[in-house]
Amino acid sequence: MRIVNTKEISDTVYKMALHAGVNLTPSCMKALNEARETEDGAAAKFALETLLQNAGVAAEKSMPVCQDTGMAVVILEIGQEVFLEGGLLRDAVNDGVRRAYKDGYFRKSVCNPITRVNTGDNTPAVIHTEIVAGDKIKITYLPKGFGSENMSRLYMLKPAQGVEGIISAIVETVKFAGSRPCPPVYVGVGIGGSFDTCAYLAKKAITREVGTKNPDAEVAKIEAEALKRINALGIGCQGFHGRTTALGVSCEWAPTHIAGLPVAVNIQCHCVRCEKEII
Amino acid sequence: MIKLTLPLDKKTVKSLKAGDSVLISGTIMTARDCAHKRIFEYIKEGKKLPFDLKDAIIYYAGPCPAKPGMASGSCGPTTSARMDSFAPTLLDMGLGGMIGKGEMSDEVREAIKRNTGVYFAAIGGAGALYGNAIKKSECIAFADLFSEAVYRLEVVDFPAVVAYDCDGNSIY
Repeated sequence: MRIVNTKEISDTVYKMALHAGVNLTPSCMKALNEARETEDGAAAKFALETLLQNAGVAAEKSMPVCQDTGMAVVILEIGQEVFLEGGLLRDAVNDGVRRAYKDGYFRKSVCNPITRVNTGDNTPAVIHTEIVAGDKIKITYLPKGFGSENMSRLYMLKPAQGVEGIISAIVETVKFAGSRPCPPVYVGVGIGGSFDTCAYLAKKAITREVGTKNPDAEVAKIEAEALKRINALGIGCQGFHGRTTALGVSCEWAPTHIAGLPVAVNIQCHCVRCEKEII
Repeated sequence: MIKLTLPLDKKTVKSLKAGDSVLISGTIMTARDCAHKRIFEYIKEGKKLPFDLKDAIIYYAGPCPAKPGMASGSCGPTTSARMDSFAPTLLDMGLGGMIGKGEMSDEVREAIKRNTGVYFAAIGGAGALYGNAIKKSECIAFADLFSEAVYRLEVVDFPAVVAYDCDGNSIY
């Protein structure tokens, strides 16, 4: 058994949140650079150049790369040999988020869904916990903007629709979203599970580095074919028409019921901000 | 690249074509979801708005707080389509145009044509860059809405693309 004080989790979340609000992931930067190199549409190229310039300004001045500093999504994979001491885990995570959004001069974007009154400190965070093997805690921190989140969809397909149905659902979601979610997007897809786990898988998929493949060859084929069809749509950066509508498609899967084929498509904008730490 | 100084006269607006890249300098004001809801409550109740809409440019944005010594925090555009139901009325009331990101409805395009207005697309996600193009920021209404309040911004060389021109053309 290993003892971890929740204060350490709070401080780690704080540092991750501060860094994530300002910096794109290296794999996202690489994908944006490649998109700029291959783009021949004038307006889309101008937009891609502006985005890369913006990433530089954000890092240099230590200011948020995008003003939508998002809802804080925190995935905690907790080794079952860990004993947590100190305050409540949930409070520790929210405390880290609260401090980071204040000290980082980030926008507080969380509100009551009915009254629309802002909570004022960007909490509560969306917290997922998984109990895994070992005595470590893996923290994944994803500030999720809602221009792209709003364009996400969940399909309950029929098993007969199969792989073609899955790919069509992914492409249809991106096509419908058009210019609105800040393309080029990064598409996270959940395949299988139940209504709720499918959406969670889609969210986990966008925490994967841009450009990585699912280790399952059949799933990797779906990723590649969906990306090809999405980029053939020609929506382009900001919807200005161009070669790159998506930086990548990332699928995660889980077993499902014999009667169903859930597919969740979670859209991430081109500002891929994600941090991973192990305590 | 076309340099524009606000306010825009109708002759300048007529010269702009969808797809033109522009650098905007002058005064704009922010308003997004909650501010629009509030503006429409004022209109419904017949109350005078706390700012002048005539020839104004509304920027669909909600900034981050400014760091000490800076005029504004990061301040890129938000998705304009959420303001689709509000924009035609405001254009008919004299609003000069809007800045946001992404497509808007056909009703908005028609209202732009009808009123010789313009809709600019700023580059979504370029929040830090836009924050630095803002030289002065002042909350002029609805301060209780925090980042969703109405801010008057002085901008210099604010990059955008003409998305809808007054002839009804679109970049999308």
